Amino acid sequence: MTLDQVYENRKAKVIDIKGGIGIRQRLGQMGIHPGDEITMLRYGALRGPILIEVHGSQVALGRGIASRIMVEETE
Amino acid sequence: MRIALAGQPNCGKSTIFNNIAGYKAITSNFPGTTVKYMETRTHVFGFTCDCVDLPGTYSLTAGDPAELEARRHLLSGDVDVILNVVDASLLIRSLELTLQFLELEVPMVLCLNMMDEAQRKGIQIDVKKLSDLLGIPVVPTIAITGKGLQELFVEVLKVYEAKRKGKTLKFSKDIEAIISDLGSVLHSEWPVNEKVPSRFLAIKLLEKDEFFIKEVRGVIHLFKEIEKFQEQLEQIHGVPSDEVISSERHALAMNLFERASTVIHPPKKDFRIVIDHWVMHKFFGYLILAGVFYGFFNFIFGIGGYIEEPLMTLFNEWIGDLEELFGKESLALFLSKGVLQGIAGGIAIVLPYLVPFLIGLSILEDIGYLPRVAFLMDIFMHRIGLHGKSIIPFILGYGCSVPAVMATRILEFPQHRFIVSILTTMIPCAARITIIFALVAFLISPNAALAIFALNILVVAIFGKILSLLFPYPEASLGLILEIPAYQLPPVRNTLKKSWYRIREFIVIAWPILIIGSVLLALLEYGGGEKYINWFLSPLTHALGLPFPVGTTLIFGLLRKELSLIMLTQALGTTQVLTVMTKTQIIVFTVFITFYIPCLATIAALWKEIGKKGALLTILFTLSVAILLALATRVFFGIVR
Repeated sequence: MTLDQVYENRKAKVIDIKGGIGIRQRLGQMGIHPGDEITMLRYGALRGPILIEVHGSQVALGRGIASRIMVEETE
Repeated sequence: MRIALAGQPNCGKSTIFNNIAGYKAITSNFPGTTVKYMETRTHVFGFTCDCVDLPGTYSLTAGDPAELEARRHLLSGDVDVILNVVDASLLIRSLELTLQFLELEVPMVLCLNMMDEAQRKGIQIDVKKLSDLLGIPVVPTIAITGKGLQELFVEVLKVYEAKRKGKTLKFSKDIEAIISDLGSVLHSEWPVNEKVPSRFLAIKLLEKDEFFIKEVRGVIHLFKEIEKFQEQLEQIHGVPSDEVISSERHALAMNLFERASTVIHPPKKDFRIVIDHWVMHKFFGYLILAGVFYGFFNFIFGIGGYIEEPLMTLFNEWIGDLEELFGKESLALFLSKGVLQGIAGGIAIVLPYLVPFLIGLSILEDIGYLPRVAFLMDIFMHRIGLHGKSIIPFILGYGCSVPAVMATRILEFPQHRFIVSILTTMIPCAARITIIFALVAFLISPNAALAIFALNILVVAIFGKILSLLFPYPEASLGLILEIPAYQLPPVRNTLKKSWYRIREFIVIAWPILIIGSVLLALLEYGGGEKYINWFLSPLTHALGLPFPVGTTLIFGLLRKELSLIMLTQALGTTQVLTVMTKTQIIVFTVFITFYIPCLATIAALWKEIGKKGALLTILFTLSVAILLALATRVFFGIVR
């Protein structure tokens, strides 16, 4: 499944990031790499961004990007 | 001694910088406030040191222009000590950047800032152990209160004197083997640049860093060689070589974190999470947003209106006295009236609105509300074809267009920067907000002023859509990736200092221009010169249905937007504007002023950021938009009334 499909307040582990070097680098800088655990905090209104927690910081991600992060639910 | 303050966005670099430099850099609880670096000369224990506050960077890989700027400076060889500031509560992510700084092989000190925040999260850091692991001094601080900063600079000095570099932390063996092979190839083939260590260069090339790859691409056989190494790495690990390196660095950072820190208790139940539940809520978030801005509006108007009225009456009496003193039509009267009106404009019209506005803006920035606004508004920015991050320059634009234009550097694509730069100049800056308040809210009604702000947002949205269709940017453009920092309650002193820093800019730069401009206009009136300007602009004023003498004020407004307002009363010969202008004329005038050509300082900023053509285009564009809108406003009220 992809990150944008994870329900609010659930945790998921990153398996893979689809896309080019640009997106990998940007997400890596925010502490998101394959293997990292992410908590889904909330969805924005309409098709707005999602808010996640990773390594103790909160990050807002556009849905487009979230749909390119492959995850598996852990909890 | 040259020190560079470097670290990830929003970790407190500027707070530390201000602590040693006096208040010079704008701080806020918003990633990416510093886009241009600030420099200061100061004395630490008798040493003269040049201290540079670099823009925050999440990594040392080529990214947006602000990040490139920071990297260029670090690689320039002009840095004796890197002072790496990290947010201790976000240690894993921060250490990844620290590892990259270590690759630069420059003497370095690690400042563990925001220790109080880390404690709240239950993270206990073994400072001594971390220092041993990295091979550099580590100093815990709480910059906002100044705690630990003294010790920090003692360590910086020691490191400088000993030229002490940190350890090179090694990746896995197979990766290190490839790095060292590539390193030796580079050493023999690459024009030597001793400022860029070959290990660092090798790693960056394996990471496919755009900037360095571009430099190597010209040397074809070398480029082929590098590709071979990249492929080798990919074959062993089964993922692209850049991912290999970044995962490896991530693992190293996690390992350091695990060895040097313990999570002693789960984060305390944080009331800030409850606040965020409402503030970023799908529905209530927008209600709160509307409420905050409505409250903000009334706060400015409440204070400003209360002060403006009695002060204006007072100054009017004085101006009346001057007429008696010097007699009508005397040069002395014109001159002294010009000076007094310039002073009055500053004290009675601009400052009453500017001061509460800037204090309010500082508070919103410092507590960290603005990134939440970016989160809420992202989807709407996308609807008008802009990137979610564009909201940042727009919000800054309500303060001043110059930093807003510079803040477009956080956007990745030039087309995008171009569009947002142009649009951001149409957002009413503090000067224009003052005009809207003093003319429309004060003379007509607060709701009419709100309507002008709403019209402005609508127009910017429409032209955002049009411009993004005219100048499309690459599809590869990523969506929003924005850190939402925790709320902070900075000491009131910091907020006031920041507001004062911005207010002072008005007092020392703008106000003298206002007074000089006011005197110039008085002289023009005395000599009859303003008639020619008014005559020249009469097609415009006539078309908009504005009084003939208004023409001159529009020209002066190009210097400073506040001038248009102050000169309006002067040109009309009365401060009782309502006696000579109808309400429709006042609204048309304000609409025109809100949109037309940006002030000189902004044009200069545009020239620098998007080039001469861009700046000229902005002038033509904003002028046409202003004329069209002002005409439409006139026609609209002509039909309604």
